Amino acid sequence: MILISCPDCGSRDETEFHYGGQAHVPYPEDPNALTDEEWGRYLFYRENTKGIFAERWVHSSGCRKWFNVLRDTVTYRIAAVYRTGEPRPTLDGGSQ
Amino acid sequence: MVETTIEPLDKTINELRVSPAQHLHGDFVDAGVSGARGVRVREEQFLTMVGLRVPIGSPDRERLAKVLGTELPARCGEVAVGHDVAVLWLSPDEFLVISQNVAGSTLVSYLRAGASEDGVAVLDLSANRTTLRLEGASARAVLEKGCPLDLHPRAFAPGTAVATSIGRVPVLLWKVENDSYRILPRASYADFLGRWLIDAMAEFKVSGSG
Repeated sequence: MILISCPDCGSRDETEFHYGGQAHVPYPEDPNALTDEEWGRYLFYRENTKGIFAERWVHSSGCRKWFNVLRDTVTYRIAAVYRTGEPRPTLDGGSQ
Repeated sequence: MVETTIEPLDKTINELRVSPAQHLHGDFVDAGVSGARGVRVREEQFLTMVGLRVPIGSPDRERLAKVLGTELPARCGEVAVGHDVAVLWLSPDEFLVISQNVAGSTLVSYLRAGASEDGVAVLDLSANRTTLRLEGASARAVLEKGCPLDLHPRAFAPGTAVATSIGRVPVLLWKVENDSYRILPRASYADFLGRWLIDAMAEFKVSGSG
């Protein structure tokens, strides 16, 4: 069980949250212009990072807001939590 | 301008209504424990609940504050007490207005009169949730069996309400005062949660004075 610090509600158990996959995947500006392959890449292709990974979470049994988390996929350590729409923070000392 | 007349809750209609945990009222009485480790549960029927959504930074927040008699709560856990109402923080732009004495239709018309902007939603949600009241010295011990939150008074003070889960049921948990909690499950979960609480209270009946 990890503790996730919701930007609005503070530290809560992981069970109160749902996972939303990789963050910062932009919606195509003109989806109709995409080929099937490009659309497929937008829908289904995601990074499989080992280390610090930017991902989305939603506090589904709390404030029901989406936010972004920088989490180490090896150690599960959460390096940063920031709101949707904010730029990805840079981590001092680099990724571990 | 919406017409705003105060109409008291119609008590005669309430006698005809059936609340979500009404079939458990007898069991609640039987499950009550008195004494030093006492804990009791009962249903507070038909509280008026109005859902309120106001965008962050909207000028309607001040207008609604005048209607409610209190500022909207600003952060997680805060409960604002106004004229005959309590306002629970659900998220930065979502609130639940609870009243014991004002009818839902009245409260809705008052709040709609205080809202002018697009993006403000006022909806009578009285039938969405019911209210279970858990009281007694062992109330915290009962809740701690199924709640992931830290319920120690140091972290969860009286006058705090949060959305969490109890026995896996999503609820609003409102600590009204020390050893007295309001638990607001959705109506369809009232039966399960009521029975869960009765079960969780049983050990105090055995070990306490009964």
